[in-house]
Amino acid sequence: MAAGQSIKPVSDALLEVKRPPVPRSYGQYIRWLLLFSGGVLMVMPIAYMLSASFKYPFELYNLNLIPEEPTIENYTYVLEDGRFYQWFINSMVIAVITTISNVLFDSLVGYTLCKFRFPGRMFVFIAILSTLMIPTEMLIIPWYLMSKSFGWLDSYWGIMFPGLMTAFGTFLMKQFFETVPDDFIEAARIDGLNELQIWWTVAMPLVKPALAALAIFVFLGNWTAFIWPLIVTNDQSLYTLPIGLTTFSVEQQVEWELIMTGAALATIPTLIVFLIFQRYIIRGVVMAGLKG
Amino acid sequence: MSYYRNLSIAQKQIAWAWGFLAIPVVFYALIRFYPTGNAIVLAFQDWNLLGDRTWAGLDNFDKLVADPVFWIVFKNTFVYLLLGTPVSLLIAFAIAFHLDRVRFMHGFIRALYFLPFLTSAVAMAWVWRWFYQPVPIGLFNNFLSTLGIPQISFLNSTTNALPAILAPAIWAGLGFQIIIFMAGLRSIPQTYYEAARIDGVSGWTVLTEITLPLLKPTMVFLVVFSSIGFLRIFDHVFNMTTNNPGGPLNSTKPMVLMIYDTAFNGYDMGYAAAQTVVLFTVLLIVSLLQLFLLRSR
Repeated sequence: MAAGQSIKPVSDALLEVKRPPVPRSYGQYIRWLLLFSGGVLMVMPIAYMLSASFKYPFELYNLNLIPEEPTIENYTYVLEDGRFYQWFINSMVIAVITTISNVLFDSLVGYTLCKFRFPGRMFVFIAILSTLMIPTEMLIIPWYLMSKSFGWLDSYWGIMFPGLMTAFGTFLMKQFFETVPDDFIEAARIDGLNELQIWWTVAMPLVKPALAALAIFVFLGNWTAFIWPLIVTNDQSLYTLPIGLTTFSVEQQVEWELIMTGAALATIPTLIVFLIFQRYIIRGVVMAGLKG
Repeated sequence: MSYYRNLSIAQKQIAWAWGFLAIPVVFYALIRFYPTGNAIVLAFQDWNLLGDRTWAGLDNFDKLVADPVFWIVFKNTFVYLLLGTPVSLLIAFAIAFHLDRVRFMHGFIRALYFLPFLTSAVAMAWVWRWFYQPVPIGLFNNFLSTLGIPQISFLNSTTNALPAILAPAIWAGLGFQIIIFMAGLRSIPQTYYEAARIDGVSGWTVLTEITLPLLKPTMVFLVVFSSIGFLRIFDHVFNMTTNNPGGPLNSTKPMVLMIYDTAFNGYDMGYAAAQTVVLFTVLLIVSLLQLFLLRSR
């Protein structure tokens, strides 16, 4: 985020801060009830999507959440198509590699800018920071031209290359390396570790929560990325899940139960991951949001 | 190796630092700075991808100013922004403010609000598109008809389509805003509230004199973050209007969709680049406004 540096850093454990108990009152019950209903309303679109994916067409149009005659035929139909597996794998490979690249490079650059004194440091820092101001939309045309002339269209590399490093991640990691005491690094140096070893074995373990936050943000961003993969791929076997889903849904036209099944297939993995790592994800989002 | 050994500690540091930075510096130069320059240069050229790039001076910008579609698109983009940001922040603040006072099942309720943030815009755009269909397909109109209320035309109406597309975008972003607001609320020291209670200050005064002023950094961050998000809206519009992107009659078309159309359907690269320069300028102004707002007081 541009100019995020001026936001005062907030502890990542803020959401776990203990607050005084609230006295019981009618007002308090009503507050709870309203908030709870609001929360249920928030997940309704997801619930109806899942419900529709288990319905026959004739039942699709009633408002029941639980199908009277549940079926998995929609899933068999969509998965028999085979393309969804391919799109899922493409999305997964691209999101994982991009995440690893960001975790490594963003933290290495953040660490270098934070802990080394060398000529050109400020220049590199400001140069990287200034790229936060450049919107992706401005770069897609040149990236497309570049991919076209280098033959990167319709390849994993073509989809991935713009996101392999981010200024956001670099800046986030730099902020967190500030909390690593210089004495630790000095001590490791005296012990005879070289700088690469110090970064990897001393500094990196100390910023694990930040690395997790960065990984979550980058993964999510790439898993749901739309406009660039849409432009750089033309061959269906290289589509990512969102692009595949758009194509599939356009093909189905009015078969909403099938479209909902496709949407569910794209959403279910995220739901599972969220249910398992809820605490870490929310904490990571707070950290990345407030410090980035 | 012996050469390295003869270096002073400071020199070794410099060597390591630039060693670490070598690949990233090349990356930022080739993948960020060079394309930025290329886009700006292209904005002053004429090119359809096949022939030569020829200088066009300010022609692309003149064409843009004279293009009635551009002004519709420009207006749409700001309607997304001016409707989306205040509405989403008001709802998010109200929910965060009250959720902060709820203890029973707090984590579970928070998770319900947060969940939509993790969904993919494409999947949810199609879900909402289904909801918006006319009777007997769409859920909303089915619900209205059971209440005996006449049908509403959502995506086929030039007045309703834009808010209908904005709704899922707001919905998906609420979870993030609520979480950030709650973190901001919890960073306010409890002692301020205790002091106010001892002084017998009313709840409204506490909100306007303590909570909101101390929440200013959080608020500015969220305003800018969501403004930039709404100015760049694309996924929802593209997926909810695939049969007529940006329609009906361009009434939902945002700037990014116009850029996409011009570049990848019309192959008018120079004209599209000029549009990205305009978008860049708008985003830059919004970011600078944040710096200004944070500095004052």
